Amino acid sequence: MKENKSILKKITGSREASLLIVLVVLCVVISMRSPSFLTLKSISDMLKNNAVIMIMTLGMLGVLLVGGIDISITSTLALSGMTAGMLVKYGIVENTFLLFVIAVAIGGLCGFLAGLIISKGKVLPIIATMGFMYIYRGLAYIVANSQWASAEDLGAFKEFALGSVFGINNVIIVLVICYAVFFVVMKWTKTGRMVYAVGSNREAAGISGINTSSVELMVYTVMGTLAGLCGALAVSIYSSAQPNMLYGREMDVIAACVIGGVSMTGGRGSVAGALLGSLILAIIAKALPLVGIEAIAQNTVKGVIILAVIVLNVITQRVMDKNNLKGREM
Amino acid sequence: MKKKLISVLLCVSLAATMLAGCGSEKAASSNADAGNDAGQEAPAESGSTEGGGAEGGKTYAIVTKAAGNPFNEKTADGFKEVIEASGGTAIIKHPEAPTADAQVSVIQSLISQGVDSICIAANDENALQAALEEAMAAGIKVCCEDSKTNPDSRQVFVNQAGVNEIGVALMEAVHDITGGEGQWAVLSATSQAANQNAWIEAMKKTMESDEKYSKLELVEVAYGDDEPQKSTDQTQALLAKYPNLKLICAPTTVGINAAAKVLQDEKSSVKLTGLGLPSEMAEYIGDDDAHSCPYMYLWNPIDLGRLGAYTSIALVDGTITGAEGDKFTAGDMGDYEVIAADDGGTEMILGAPFKFDASNIDEWKDVY
Repeated sequence: MKENKSILKKITGSREASLLIVLVVLCVVISMRSPSFLTLKSISDMLKNNAVIMIMTLGMLGVLLVGGIDISITSTLALSGMTAGMLVKYGIVENTFLLFVIAVAIGGLCGFLAGLIISKGKVLPIIATMGFMYIYRGLAYIVANSQWASAEDLGAFKEFALGSVFGINNVIIVLVICYAVFFVVMKWTKTGRMVYAVGSNREAAGISGINTSSVELMVYTVMGTLAGLCGALAVSIYSSAQPNMLYGREMDVIAACVIGGVSMTGGRGSVAGALLGSLILAIIAKALPLVGIEAIAQNTVKGVIILAVIVLNVITQRVMDKNNLKGREM
Repeated sequence: MKKKLISVLLCVSLAATMLAGCGSEKAASSNADAGNDAGQEAPAESGSTEGGGAEGGKTYAIVTKAAGNPFNEKTADGFKEVIEASGGTAIIKHPEAPTADAQVSVIQSLISQGVDSICIAANDENALQAALEEAMAAGIKVCCEDSKTNPDSRQVFVNQAGVNEIGVALMEAVHDITGGEGQWAVLSATSQAANQNAWIEAMKKTMESDEKYSKLELVEVAYGDDEPQKSTDQTQALLAKYPNLKLICAPTTVGINAAAKVLQDEKSSVKLTGLGLPSEMAEYIGDDDAHSCPYMYLWNPIDLGRLGAYTSIALVDGTITGAEGDKFTAGDMGDYEVIAADDGGTEMILGAPFKFDASNIDEWKDVY
């Protein structure tokens, strides 16, 4: 009896648990209508095709936690991906690992610059990153110089996304590593806890000796680094480097965070939430064409599901707060 | 103090990036200028050797969408070739940016230069009207290629993509590759894309019009929104939903590229055709089972430019006025007729789309 209650309490008492329920319900409904959905291949396809958004969701989690936002990420992705693509196309760099390092470095630098303007220059994050959104996207076009890299130009670089270790696709391995590292860092390290501290109460964090602007600089740099990594990944996954890569998709990344219960005002959110949020988005994208919903209605259905999940999330949060208050009264 | 120093440094670095950006843009536009100069000088030589034709001394301008658009550059090459062969002077103008504003200032400079004709790939259907009307009032002949303006701003549109021609060519490909029977699907861009919908409609009409297509079953029109990720999802869904699917037809360059990758990576027996860019599709085109796309179509930008040039010449020497029913001979390209366009203006249609297969893809993949 007591145990039952605590499970129930756990379910209503945690945003992640309510998301997990949504996820399970979605999966059950979809696999009833389309049995091929829950096969290993289908899931692996889904993770691979959504890896880029899922990885950037992690970076966005950090940025949102300190109360910021970064809308320059897909431009950073395009710049680093395009650079990697052009380097392969013209045969300047052919080593896959080195290309990843270059893309990650470019991304990190992009994020670092944005972070500098925001943390040291005290510019509003949305304004600063809007500027960088145009700068980096423009630089991607300059790097491309009206050319693009397609499957034939990319040689061995595109093999990365096709290869696998122990039967698991390389892209999925990268995805899992990113999530594992973030989970540990955010939960159990000083750095992770400092991010939460700055996000929930910047002044208090500052007084207690945390260098708040350094923390801010760090989260944007990490965001850029991940976007750079995703640039190389995207080029490898789709065997195509175009300067307009993922144009406008930063919204999906932010949406994944919000669905996952990450607060837009900072301080609240978890890696598990980010994972569940981006998984729900990925499942919706994968499943809508599968279950036979009329093509023109797919976007509407997507919007309705997202809203429903968020409303459910908010209600869970209220119940949770109420319970916590009750606990205090007693 | 430290903060001030940092913000000053940041401002300086920002300004420096902007300058760097502008600098390279200038370099690009000066390259374009160099191209123009070459274009103007070359005919002077050929004019002297050939002694100039009947059109000698006339100048014909072509305005592209923007500097560095590979498709437009090929069009401009074809245009220049024909104009120079006829003894005229070709002016190739690349606007700085792919916007209507940039084209307006190019048009105005061409008016003051006093060219005889302007052939333009419009960046906006309506925004160029004032500038082009001014040009026509100054006696300059105006035609469009690649993408059109509204009927009031042009005399005739050189259309590379006749809707019916594309419908017939694609349907013929579907029939040929499937062997005349079985399930097939369409992977389009967005559900609102006007050209996509017109082509799909034309395919459906072609399918109904002939008994030989009766054993083909169009199972679904999927929309990949011209995003690689969504197109991949849609292709995978088509494969999962229809195990007997024989072919996917993607009349969009992004869609066909994404579908080709999915099919080829999965070593699927499903084949692919549609409209795609040769350079993007080179990896996937081939006759054997290792390649997902036996052949596909797109227009030929060089021929488009050449027809644009013949049209400009015919407009300037008065062979045609751009009215419906006008006929003229475009050199070795054959006879063309001006017909009514859907928007109320007139157009002429380049012809059937160009087929890219294993035999010619190597030659075209470097072109565009």
